[in-house]
Amino acid sequence: MTTQDRLTISRESKLDDAGYKWGFSTDVEMELAPKGLSPDIVRLISEKKDEPDWMLEWRLKAFEYWSKLQREDAEPRWAKLRYPDIDYQDIYYYAAPKSFDDAPKSLDEVDPEMLETFDKLGIPLHERERLAGVAVDAVFDSVSVATTYADQLEERGIIFCSFTEAVQNHPELVQKYLGSVVPYTDNFFAALNSAVFSDGSFAYVPPGVRCPIELMTYFRINTEGSGQFERTLIVADEGAYVSYLEGCTAPIRRTSQLHAAVVELVALDRGEIKYSTIQNWYPGTKDGQGGVYNFVTKRGITERDAKISWTQVETGSAITWKYPSVILRGDNSVGEFYSVALANNYQQADTGTKMIHIGKNTKSTIVSKGISAGHGENTYRGGVKILPGAENATNHTQCDSLLVGDQCGAHTVPYIEVRNPTARLEHEASTSKVSDEQLFYLMSRGISEEDAHHMIITGWSRNVIKELPFEFALEAGQLLKVSLEGAVG
Amino acid sequence: MLKIENLHATVTDSDEVILKGIDLEVSPGEVHAIMGPNGSGKSTLANVLMGKPSYTVSEGDITVDGESIVEMMPDERAHLGLFLAMQYPSEVPGVRPWQFLKAAKDAIDDANGQKKTSVRQFSKLFDEKVEEIGINLDLIKRSLNEGFSGGEKKRNEMLQMQVLDPRIAIMDETDSGLDIDALQAVADGVNKMRSPERSFVIVTHYQRLLHFVHPDIVHVLVDGKIVETGDASLAEKVEQNGYRDYLAAQRNGK
Repeated sequence: MTTQDRLTISRESKLDDAGYKWGFSTDVEMELAPKGLSPDIVRLISEKKDEPDWMLEWRLKAFEYWSKLQREDAEPRWAKLRYPDIDYQDIYYYAAPKSFDDAPKSLDEVDPEMLETFDKLGIPLHERERLAGVAVDAVFDSVSVATTYADQLEERGIIFCSFTEAVQNHPELVQKYLGSVVPYTDNFFAALNSAVFSDGSFAYVPPGVRCPIELMTYFRINTEGSGQFERTLIVADEGAYVSYLEGCTAPIRRTSQLHAAVVELVALDRGEIKYSTIQNWYPGTKDGQGGVYNFVTKRGITERDAKISWTQVETGSAITWKYPSVILRGDNSVGEFYSVALANNYQQADTGTKMIHIGKNTKSTIVSKGISAGHGENTYRGGVKILPGAENATNHTQCDSLLVGDQCGAHTVPYIEVRNPTARLEHEASTSKVSDEQLFYLMSRGISEEDAHHMIITGWSRNVIKELPFEFALEAGQLLKVSLEGAVG
Repeated sequence: MLKIENLHATVTDSDEVILKGIDLEVSPGEVHAIMGPNGSGKSTLANVLMGKPSYTVSEGDITVDGESIVEMMPDERAHLGLFLAMQYPSEVPGVRPWQFLKAAKDAIDDANGQKKTSVRQFSKLFDEKVEEIGINLDLIKRSLNEGFSGGEKKRNEMLQMQVLDPRIAIMDETDSGLDIDALQAVADGVNKMRSPERSFVIVTHYQRLLHFVHPDIVHVLVDGKIVETGDASLAEKVEQNGYRDYLAAQRNGK
């Protein structure tokens, strides 16, 4: 590859989407590889990251597999989502801030404009670093900008770094676990991600260690037409505990943007991982123009007595295709999924989880809350599978839909497969509207119509939001309010 | 301060007329009781005063201090000092009574150009009232009205009334379905709040509550109209004779 476009990207951000509070663009010099996907692009990405041969080979195998799926037209279409065909050759697969080569050693070295971006997002890194007790591995487009709290973590032997750094510095761990939960053959988007993933986060907590802080990463998508393909791998070794927060916002874009991430979680014996997400990427205009296409594969595996808990608040993206799942392989292990998904205007969300019970006495809990407003379409798709060896497995599923207005849709598609007679499964589902009686009740006490709606909706979502770490819970409440603006009244 | 003139109201989007010309004037410090048989429109009157959207005022006016409130939303009426203790308060999952009431008080204070009550001050007030009214402490940790018994819901309405401190308190059959202890608690709350500045409009089917809260003026509402107005003795008369005579008169009148 010799041709590389060097662009200074400076674009208008004052579009007609006043509704999106976090919409703006950043004027940072970017380095772009040409559009389109080929083995050469895969090699370029790998070379840019100075990756070892095994990594490049893995990427190339993934690319080959994805190409095969592409030829067989195996892009999944079973979800209840409608979007125009994606032209995979019209997408940038590599974009890095220009300063990548001499990556900043501390915040002082970070591009001031980039810091400003974080400020607009309400993430004053330097403040959080000091006050919030959160280590931030900030992914700006594809390259990590700053990692904090490294020392505190290092003392305990905890590794928390960008994925690229992990490949360089901890190749044995990456090789051992990469693709162990989501192989590149898993699905079309996972294969794509495996070939071209740009960066992401890596965390490893050694045996018996409890990570003292919440690990946090902010993802942003910032280059027009560039897909972002994060790869995250988190390993809690035996008896270890880690809580990981992922929060996302993205600037306004007119064209749709592809996003295909893979997250793999490994909880070894007695290990525990709590993974919390707030996803607030650009949802498109009120009329359904633009917005992020979010195709994400998230899955964890639990060994004996281990636990994985997913919590997500999904308010953004035009298209959401996402099923954070747990393979309950070890006996007595626990999987949880708590989700609030909101689809307003023309947003479409097809999201849920899979709980696959393999070990004895495994237990899973699913609480899904779908809010549909405007012309939004919200589908819960969930699978609970009890394999023959899973003696005494239990699952409780609660699946609630809330409709705001009469143009939106809510759909529930549960798949249940039980192959062991000792299993106990419960499934509760409900669909409701914000009732006029409730609204009148709250308003008669002096609360405005909009606040009353907000109070009813966040109350309804409460048993998911309370699973979030405290700071995140506040933000989630705010986010639901902002995301529903204009939908009520 | 509250004046109702020739008030007609229908069920929204229907021709069903429920209130057929009500005139009523409530001065500061007065306690009015509105009695009537089932279906006479007394609950509708209470809800129309608060601006419930399922009813539409088709004729007449409601004014507070000379200002018409007919076009106002329920929250705006609350900001003016109206309060309705509901007959069937809604359950609101996931919303704590404390959080709800703080938001309500802040909204009313804000609309009246007053400073928000601090969390500490509010909590003190809240706890005092909870104890005074005898609300089970477990309840206030739950969602608003969710899983509350009938009596607990009514006590919770009284809590809201006392904390929000309205100028015009409307009570819609607050006494129905209450045991004697809860009834006493409601009555104590009302009596304590009686003041020369505050008025009450108490809608009730039975005279029960009026044994504990002595009204200044009693109205009998039949078929959407006030057919008799008197002092407290009218309530006793109704208790002895029931609504038979009124209903008979209404039938004969037709």
